[in-house]
Amino acid sequence: MQPITVSELTRMISSALADPVFQNLAVIGEVSNFVHHSSGHMYFSLKDAHSRIKAVMFRSRNRLLKFLPKNGDTVIAVGSVGVYEPNGEYQLYVEVLFPQGIGELHLAFEQLKAKLEAEGLFDPARKKPLPLLPRRVGVITSPSGAALRDILHVLTRRHPGVNVLVFPALVQGEEAPASLRHALELAQGTDCDVLIIGRGGGSFEELSAFNDEQLARAIAQSAIPVVSAVGHETDFTIADFVADLRAPTPSAAAELVVPLQSELRAAVGSYGVRLAAALRRKIGAERRFLAQLTKSAALKRPDFMVNQLRQRVDDLVTSLGLHTTHTSGLPLRRSRLGTFAGKLETLSPLKTLARGYAICSDEEGRVLRSAEQVSSGDAVNVTLYQGRLVCRVEGRVLHDGA
Amino acid sequence: MTEPNAQELKFEEALARLEEIVRLLEQGESTLDESLTLFEEGVKLARFCSNKLDEAEGKIEIMIKEGQIQPLEVAEE
Repeated sequence: MQPITVSELTRMISSALADPVFQNLAVIGEVSNFVHHSSGHMYFSLKDAHSRIKAVMFRSRNRLLKFLPKNGDTVIAVGSVGVYEPNGEYQLYVEVLFPQGIGELHLAFEQLKAKLEAEGLFDPARKKPLPLLPRRVGVITSPSGAALRDILHVLTRRHPGVNVLVFPALVQGEEAPASLRHALELAQGTDCDVLIIGRGGGSFEELSAFNDEQLARAIAQSAIPVVSAVGHETDFTIADFVADLRAPTPSAAAELVVPLQSELRAAVGSYGVRLAAALRRKIGAERRFLAQLTKSAALKRPDFMVNQLRQRVDDLVTSLGLHTTHTSGLPLRRSRLGTFAGKLETLSPLKTLARGYAICSDEEGRVLRSAEQVSSGDAVNVTLYQGRLVCRVEGRVLHDGA
Repeated sequence: MTEPNAQELKFEEALARLEEIVRLLEQGESTLDESLTLFEEGVKLARFCSNKLDEAEGKIEIMIKEGQIQPLEVAEE
């Protein structure tokens, strides 16, 4: 027989212990050899009259403990069995620890929570974002409860126009989980784009419908984002962990779901103002740029640059010894020049004049930019798109609007 | 499940695009033509958002059973 190594054997044992039978167990036993290591981890044994098992509770887990275990305490440990391979020891990896007195409901709660968490149902990555402005808010709760009244009150206060669709459901008692699930399912077929599921405060037992495993899975599968709103701020249910968002109370859920209409209106309004201001600045900048362009000598007379080019072409033709105009290349060049001139034309002040603007100059031909450049009685020339006016100044207004 | 009104622009998408357009315009690096196009789009988005804020009718309803919806009387406190 081919021998296997110790490591191989240990790994086989380890994988055998990964069987679901050894996962997510609740074990009752007496604490002994308790050590709270400086690393923060807790090492101890759980024992009864006949047996003993090693246990470890890591710091990340025992930080949440509400009591400090000590030797001799009878406790219920929720966790999974695994192998510590370097020592070949199997041990209980404790997730949650309770003193013996814990009720069955609490225990079931902790077990379900540990199970769903391990499945990744509480993973932040799978949480859906809420719409900023919901089209219609679905509310799953008792139609006669105070929670519904609170939710409606806050929703309509924040946004008077909000549309709400209530899905009535039982929120406590044996039939409550199925009733809540049914309502959640009905909601899926509507145009609601966010759901609030919840009820007002109550005892742990009264809130237990929201700790139902099937309901938790239904919430996780909802195509519409779900906000949980169960009881008071200190109450936590499985529904809270699996929901896309947990609200501490029903009123708070309403606040989280609907934005203040006035705030959004102000935001949209300020964007509108900034849009207009930015465009106005842009146009101002363009106008200054154009003004500079039209000041340059070349553009004052669009034919200037064309003539320059024409002369260059002629020079080239001459230097190539092509005096005659019978060459095939030249007409083409001429037509290109024509196009170029056309482009310049669109940039020239003539276009501006064509739209009804005029250029005013003094007798020396200097363009006037300020009323201060002339005095009453001076002669000025006003160049229009077609033709020119010879005028005399009758009076001056030195400032705009004065 | 088919998403209702999937082709309709969502409010937050419109608001996000509006924000982006404001930023682009304020940077002033676009040409005048582009700026005008952006401005036009921005004005449309602002109008869209503003309409969205106004369009909800404030209907409070209850679904008695599947497909059966009726107005819900809300008792004043």
